[in-house]
Amino acid sequence: MTDMERTISVVVNGVPREATVPVRWLLSDALRHGFGLTGTHVGCEHGVCGSCTVLVDGQPTRSCLVLAVQMDGHEITTVEGLSRSDHQGGQVLHPIQEAFRECHALQCGFCTPGFLTTIAAGLDARDPSVEITDEEVDELVGGNLCRCTGYANIKKACRHAAATMREGAKVATPAPQDEEATR
Amino acid sequence: MTTKFFGEPVRRREDARLIVGQGRYLDDIGPGAYAAAFVRSPYAHARVLDIDVSAAMDVEGLLAIYTYEDLTGPMAEPLPVLIPHPQLTAPRTGYPLVRDVAQHVGEPIVMVVATDRYVAEDAAALIEVSYEELPVVVGVDAAEAAVHTVHDDVPDNIAARHHQETGDVEAALAASAHTLSFTQYFERSASMPMEGKGVHARWDDADSSLRVYSSTQASTSVRAAIAAKLELSLEKVEVIAPDVGGGFGVKIVHPWPEELLVPMAARLLGHEVKWTEDRREHFVSSAHERQQRQEIRVGYDDDGRITALDVLVWHDNGAYTPYGIIVPINTATQLLGPYDIPVYRAVVNSVYTNTVVVTPYRGAGRPQGCFAMERTMDRIAQERGIDRALVRERNLIQPDQFPYDWGLTFQDGRPLVYDSGDYPAMMAKLKTLVDWDGFAERRAAAEARGKLLGIGMAPYVEGTGPGPYEGAHVQVLGSGKVLVSTGLTSQGQGHETVFAQLAAAELGVPLEDVEVTTGDTRRFGYAVGTFASRAAVVSGNAVALAARGVREKALRIAAEVLEADPADLEIDEGLVQVKGTPGASIPLRTVAVLSNPLRYAFDEAARQATQFAGPGDDSKPPVAVGDAPGLEHTDYYSPLRSTFASGAHAVVVEIDPATWEIAIEQYAVVHDCGTIINPMIVEGQVHGGVAQGVGGALYERMAYDRDGQLTNASFMDFLMPYASEVPDVDIDHQSTPSPLNELGIKGAGEAGVIPGSAAIASAIEDAVGRRIAAMPVSPTELYDLVRSDAERVINTSPHDSGAMA
Repeated sequence: MTDMERTISVVVNGVPREATVPVRWLLSDALRHGFGLTGTHVGCEHGVCGSCTVLVDGQPTRSCLVLAVQMDGHEITTVEGLSRSDHQGGQVLHPIQEAFRECHALQCGFCTPGFLTTIAAGLDARDPSVEITDEEVDELVGGNLCRCTGYANIKKACRHAAATMREGAKVATPAPQDEEATR
Repeated sequence: MTTKFFGEPVRRREDARLIVGQGRYLDDIGPGAYAAAFVRSPYAHARVLDIDVSAAMDVEGLLAIYTYEDLTGPMAEPLPVLIPHPQLTAPRTGYPLVRDVAQHVGEPIVMVVATDRYVAEDAAALIEVSYEELPVVVGVDAAEAAVHTVHDDVPDNIAARHHQETGDVEAALAASAHTLSFTQYFERSASMPMEGKGVHARWDDADSSLRVYSSTQASTSVRAAIAAKLELSLEKVEVIAPDVGGGFGVKIVHPWPEELLVPMAARLLGHEVKWTEDRREHFVSSAHERQQRQEIRVGYDDDGRITALDVLVWHDNGAYTPYGIIVPINTATQLLGPYDIPVYRAVVNSVYTNTVVVTPYRGAGRPQGCFAMERTMDRIAQERGIDRALVRERNLIQPDQFPYDWGLTFQDGRPLVYDSGDYPAMMAKLKTLVDWDGFAERRAAAEARGKLLGIGMAPYVEGTGPGPYEGAHVQVLGSGKVLVSTGLTSQGQGHETVFAQLAAAELGVPLEDVEVTTGDTRRFGYAVGTFASRAAVVSGNAVALAARGVREKALRIAAEVLEADPADLEIDEGLVQVKGTPGASIPLRTVAVLSNPLRYAFDEAARQATQFAGPGDDSKPPVAVGDAPGLEHTDYYSPLRSTFASGAHAVVVEIDPATWEIAIEQYAVVHDCGTIINPMIVEGQVHGGVAQGVGGALYERMAYDRDGQLTNASFMDFLMPYASEVPDVDIDHQSTPSPLNELGIKGAGEAGVIPGSAAIASAIEDAVGRRIAAMPVSPTELYDLVRSDAERVINTSPHDSGAMA
């Protein structure tokens, strides 16, 4: 390790990891080049498009606007970490991931991870038993750029996912709140 | 063909990987690759006097620096003029690296290769280039004035004078009851995909071969270009378009300098090399489109019917003409829209400026053409005091006029002949959808709230699905899996899904058994590319034909086994069966096994095809003369000419007379792309197109200053629409199948963007009562306009109270 590098300890998608990173690396660099998590896409590298959005301690964060070394001790969730393993070793997608497919909310898919992480965090943080409003949907999708879809189906997917989560909230006994949402 | 899957809103196959972050885009490939970075010209027009790399040489991790001096053979020659045209009399292209004069900001001068991108950029920053600045030409007006020239040897700055006409337009104008002439402007925007360009190359020294991944719309042609430029035999080069993060036209241009230089470096260094374009690079070195000045003269009768139309366009083609004059031709020919224009002349002067090259961006000259035509219709309506919809209706080509032969030549070099359409029905649907006739009430209600409401409309016709051809290969494996490949590429249009739908429908197999590969020259070597809304039309028909060939062969083999007539067989759910005879069947996968007579068995399925497996016909060879082993077929579809899709948009805008903010209250679309394979995907294309149309009309422009500096080369300053700027879209479909191809398909990719500026300009004009003669229009410009002495217009929407401004 040179003086231009630092070792950081982070939790990435639930797994504690250590990495020695150049001090000038962005979080997006560390995720993509350090951890091989290429689902996080870099669209502008100046914090406008939102493609590179990941969750830092549950909060949507543009990974091109923070340095990797700032992440020491923090927990990061990327698009690869939105789905969860079920008890049979299969993959359970987050409702917003299912909804994106169901509603044709993606075309080229490049901006999609940023939308998914942002919207997932927003949906997880709200009371699922309450019907989502148009204003909430606009807020969830309003900060990210997409050049393919014209956003209509992304908004539709938000409503679809919220409805799924509402159904889930009705059916299930009151579930413990999502870990990330409470942090 | 079964109708199962065809026409269904099948969920996309490609989404499964993309929603979990498992897509494979260019920058995801080759994590151990060396990285390239470029020193690009900071000046719009400058002679390179000296390049001093000495300071960069000490950078640890630097591997190579290349300048023009390092290019040899064909690499040292200018980049190709991809689409030559007799009227492109002064074609010019740059070199992969600037030889002596940089013609726009962003043109690459030096390539640096290092261990990673940071190091490469460190080194690039230390390279000192000295320049002699030259006079700069920016904008069509400066290009036309030709006080300064872009290329020394093109004194009038005119690359091409594109000219087409259908008759004596001067005489027809002179004979017209009324005439009008006016000039208007259209600004630059750009494709601006969320993923920029990128290239990864790996040289296999032992095999002397090259594998290149490129974020391209044309992998087969990139392959040919690399082979030619690097003097490699074609079979030693393979090019793959991986998941591509949007294209919209900019990635149809090729070879971009980087597509040649990165493979060159990989070969010279014997190591993987990658270049991933960053956003600023994309702004200043990837193509833009759309700037034009349009001078229009029109003759018409008392009823507003056009009797003659004469259009002179000054088209900014940027510094070079790598893509020929496709955009000017599209403007010249697609301007005509759905109207019956008796005499027409178009001249497009395509001029050089010291700016980024202009090549197709979704719509490719059509939005400008539509703007010219539709603004003309509005002016005629205003002059004659006729409802704008009525003027349009009076000029429409009628359903009994198809095929409608213009006597002009389209961008594919083929005759401009509209194949089918029903424009009056389309306009009727639009008027209903937007409640055109009930607008007066809405306007009055808005005025009561202190807001200005305006309505506008714009129909269009889009030539789609041009040739020369696409092909497809379909193969059924012994596992039952069906492989489909076509050389045409994908950038998010859902080709994996729609081509699977077509193959599954033709073959009678479950959709999940079909796997589609696009844009991989290892799988399919002959292709043209993805542009001009052609994938569904051309590759779609090729896939259907190839699948049909497989089906015929499967039925022939199954007929022998089942001792039946092939005509009595059907395939359903992967089972070949005798119609109406339950039990008399054979799985398609078994047919696939039997289609390939074997000596060696490698698994249980293969045993069935080995030489002692069953009684054969000793009188014939195992593979009949003229037949081939395997259950596969390759076929091609080469269209006679383009198909012509159509549509019409209507927009209601609400303008706040305090801030002059323009809000879109309603956006209505009637869309006709012939037979639809997947309505969900078509609607997605329309949504995306409309968003780009709105962006181009209200927000996006490339702001070059007088010195040729692009002053808004970032997403902070170049305003692409967020969700908050894009209206909900009401869509109604109409389907007039194309008689030119068996599936009846017309293209859908670009349609949504074409009439945006025309319709929105019309609506704004209607709201404020001032002539809108340039797009895009911002609130500030609108404010200035209504306070200036600009021409007032007579309001002709279905309410005549006039505007408040």
